[in-house]
Amino acid sequence: MTAYQKPVPAPDADSAPFWRGCREHRLLLQQCKGCGKFRFPAAQFCPACRSDAAEWLEASGRGTVYSWIVVVHPVPGDIYRDDVPYAVALVDLEEGVRMPTNIIGCDPRYIRAGMAVTVTFDDVSAELTLPKFRPA
Amino acid sequence: MWTLGDKYAIAGVGFTDYSKRSGRTVQSLAVEACGKAAADAGLAIADVDGIISFHFNDSVPAMSVATGLGLPNARYAIDYQSGGNSANLIIQTAVAAIEAGMATSVLCYRAMNGRSGFRLGGGRELAAHGITQYTAPFGWITYPQAMAMWCRRHMIEYGTTSEQLGTVAVTCRRNAALNERAMQREPITLEDHQNSRMIVEPFHLLDICLESDGACAVLVTSAERARDLRHRPVYIKGAAYGGGPVQGDDLFDAMRWPDHSRNYAHYIADDLWRSAGVGPADIDVAEIYDCFTYSVVMQLEGLGFCKPGEGGDFVQDGRIDRDGALPINTHGGLLSEAYIHGLNHVVEAVEQLRGDAGERQIPGAEIALTTAGAMTCGGAMVLRN
Ligand SMILES: [Zn+2]
Repeated sequence: MTAYQKPVPAPDADSAPFWRGCREHRLLLQQCKGCGKFRFPAAQFCPACRSDAAEWLEASGRGTVYSWIVVVHPVPGDIYRDDVPYAVALVDLEEGVRMPTNIIGCDPRYIRAGMAVTVTFDDVSAELTLPKFRPA
Repeated sequence: MWTLGDKYAIAGVGFTDYSKRSGRTVQSLAVEACGKAAADAGLAIADVDGIISFHFNDSVPAMSVATGLGLPNARYAIDYQSGGNSANLIIQTAVAAIEAGMATSVLCYRAMNGRSGFRLGGGRELAAHGITQYTAPFGWITYPQAMAMWCRRHMIEYGTTSEQLGTVAVTCRRNAALNERAMQREPITLEDHQNSRMIVEPFHLLDICLESDGACAVLVTSAERARDLRHRPVYIKGAAYGGGPVQGDDLFDAMRWPDHSRNYAHYIADDLWRSAGVGPADIDVAEIYDCFTYSVVMQLEGLGFCKPGEGGDFVQDGRIDRDGALPINTHGGLLSEAYIHGLNHVVEAVEQLRGDAGERQIPGAEIALTTAGAMTCGGAMVLRN
């Protein structure tokens, strides 16, 4: 088996629980204990109220497409040549945060704004799972 | 808000050849453009005591260019780690330094081998740190891919079409045909735009700016000093910089931006026009940051040239042509002159206001707009002669 040759996240002190959750096929989001808001990306302090008290909760995994692109010309070419065309989207989750992801399981031509999608976990390597979305 | 209206001026401009392969060091490009800007102003190098630039670690620091130029006393030498959003901000900051007494005459430059050296669109290392850990692993890597997300949202909200955007590309190219320093001068049609290969939907190749090797520079000084120099001064009448809340963790990141159908321009419009004491209807020529066709449409809306959602229509029917109501990007812009990261727009505005633009000259141009930025943050200036 060849090593995974695409960009991989470098988890940090803020994001490690998120990526660990993905590995367990759970979409975890921080909820602020100060103001109750969910936040993404992960951060120690809540941007709304500066509280650093937060709890990792499992999100519903349901959302809608806010915007999307279809990558046709692969960059870097050697990495994405076999993947194009592929869709990258910003998905609005029910919890009120917006998340970059790939839309899979659907011809990119059929993606529409507002389309209902649900999380699906892609174990891209032995170490890494990416949270992608498919039509609900 | 900018309170120094007409107290400072751009007294000189300089530029190198713009090419795909300079065969030169970035430092030599910077030194040439800066030296020419000082000479154009009629100012001895010994009288320049400030230098400022912006870059993404793809250039040489201001102190190196000060050394290469032989500045005897660089009192203010600083670099901004940023992108085209700072192409007007460095000029505003140069003025602030002079106002504070830190320097008297400041060179502002951008220099890079953006095609033959470090290519901005070229991808990133495989370990995605910081905010990039949430984007690159999904194959969301380049600036065209970042900006296409905004463009799509505008299309969703307002029904803006690729054909409407094509008009911006065609217009820039038509202007570049009159510009001997432009890298792309061969006219294109809307069909050429539509038939150009798809890079990242909704962007065709001709929606995307050039990649360039080159440098340009402007010399900023007080209005009083500028009046004793070689050219008619180009005054900085108004200026603004900003972008509102959640500008993101870097220039790519806009995942928390509230509304991708509008960009930084929406947030700086009031500051800009109030500081300048004029409005959109007073602008004779507009050099608008055009890293992508779509960014022009969004800035025109944000700055109030038309209502949100009307930008696609606004750029039709010759309105932005050189003989239209609002001539834009008279040099060809980033789309057709060169990608010198927006500072080349300032150079063009200065030449227009001095009446030095040759075949490109917009007759009677007295007030010009320059903008710099496309996504969450950016700046703009109103210049006058
Ligand atoms: Zn909070």
